[in-house]
Amino acid sequence: MNKLLVSSSPHIGSSMTTDKIMKHVVIALIPACIAGIFVFGLPSLLVLIVSTGTCVLTEYLYNMLTKKPQTVEDFSAVVTGLLLGMNLPPTIPLYIPIIGGVFAILVVKMLFGGLGKNFANPAITARIFVMLAWTKAMTTFVQPIDYSQGFFNAMTSHFSTMFGGGVDAVSSATPLGIIKGSLNGGGGTISILNMFLGYTAGCIGEVSALALILGGVYLIVLRIIDWKIPVLFILTSAIFALIFYDNGIMYVLPTILGGGLLLGAFFMATDYASSPNTSIGVIIYAIGCGFITMLIRRFGGYPEGVSFAILLMNLVSPLLDKYLRPRVFGVARKKPFAKKE
Amino acid sequence: MIKKSDIVKNGIIKNNPTFRLVLGTCPTLAVTTSVMNGISMGLATTFVLICSNIIISLLRNIIPDKVRIPAYILLIATFVIVVEMVLRAFLPDIYDALGLFISLIVVNCIILGRAESFASANTVLDSALDAVGIGAGFTFALMLMGFVRELLGAGSIFSWSIPVLSDCAMTIFILPAGGFFAYGFLMVIFNQLVKKAEERKKQKAEKGAER
Repeated sequence: MNKLLVSSSPHIGSSMTTDKIMKHVVIALIPACIAGIFVFGLPSLLVLIVSTGTCVLTEYLYNMLTKKPQTVEDFSAVVTGLLLGMNLPPTIPLYIPIIGGVFAILVVKMLFGGLGKNFANPAITARIFVMLAWTKAMTTFVQPIDYSQGFFNAMTSHFSTMFGGGVDAVSSATPLGIIKGSLNGGGGTISILNMFLGYTAGCIGEVSALALILGGVYLIVLRIIDWKIPVLFILTSAIFALIFYDNGIMYVLPTILGGGLLLGAFFMATDYASSPNTSIGVIIYAIGCGFITMLIRRFGGYPEGVSFAILLMNLVSPLLDKYLRPRVFGVARKKPFAKKE
Repeated sequence: MIKKSDIVKNGIIKNNPTFRLVLGTCPTLAVTTSVMNGISMGLATTFVLICSNIIISLLRNIIPDKVRIPAYILLIATFVIVVEMVLRAFLPDIYDALGLFISLIVVNCIILGRAESFASANTVLDSALDAVGIGAGFTFALMLMGFVRELLGAGSIFSWSIPVLSDCAMTIFILPAGGFFAYGFLMVIFNQLVKKAEERKKQKAEKGAER
């Protein structure tokens, strides 16, 4: 066989293909999903399956109907679907993950040209879409299931809430909801240990900080995500928690562990297509995410602001790339005040 | 010489102010939260458009070229005030729903655009027909927007709630963001349909020519 290959650039390939990266991301998300299922029971598994299935099916059908090459095998729709499902409350009516999944894939991803061409993270945008569409359903959270009634009963106990039982629906405030309420003179206590392990009310994939950190570290070690984004995002949030709240030191840990901060910082802000490409751009992007998150959490109407922060910074990132383009090696520096001849 | 019926038809389809010319987007996005609002805004604008087109066409040889824009605006504003007073007196509900956007008809690009590009160069009858066509196109577009947004956003049509849909209404379609979604998708569908229809016409014409 001829060992000399003649080909056009690029000449350096990588064994890390898109579908491999996406499979690693799925692996990294699995601990948080399992934690969510153990905390809220089987309804949350159903939500995850429905949202993932919808995303994959939408991409498959879109490619089939528009006669484009099939891209389902790259696993990115699975990641989007999982992330969307993890962003929803566990007892959400099932039409919401379906419409959210179609919106994420069809409107945000495929209509803009598919993977890598989306202007914002599809899962985040879909979450905001369903949040604004069905605010009440999206902000109704349930308590973790009670295992004292036996494993099977506990696992299925939230189904009655999900399918419109309503009578035994025990809605509950999330830790961030309690913090928001306490600013307006409300009461309630939060347990840092429960927030760390995930035994608290919240979205399916957001409750267990431990599982999310595990997954995030896995991706950082494999160098799939840029460590700067999650670290700076979380750090900035913590610093602004110190500044924004009275007696701020009390709020640092709940800020980091609560809501979607860890999920957003590790898995959603790091989306390749919608985060900046320059290293200075990434730093500004991550700090911006943290700052906007804390502005919304402290001063905004909603208790949680991670998704809005990421979406806003997604929109800014092309601009960051444009103005922070690094100097090409060997090219003279531009003189900003050079005289025109 | 363009046919009289084509003047009207062009306004609705080929030169549809909302979907093809993308004029008057401010009221299109702002007031179309329900079918009724869309229709009433469309009709109010149509009335002003017909009156202003007729008068401007009549005066087109008298108004000096240099001051034509202020003159047009003055004429348009007169009719807008008429509409505003009539609505306030006889249809206070609609007046409240549309609010400020009735006064803003004065600065609607569609009206000034037709005055400048059509009425100032055509006969009175043609200008009136053009206004009818453009007005109908605008009303149709606003009605469609209102229909989609009210159906999805509130689960109702003409304020009659539809059983299943009203339970899972997507509030976002009543909000400004949903207005942009509805506008974009309707524009895509409308333009696609028009393009297909034109292609079919062309093919037919070619076949006819071959025979």
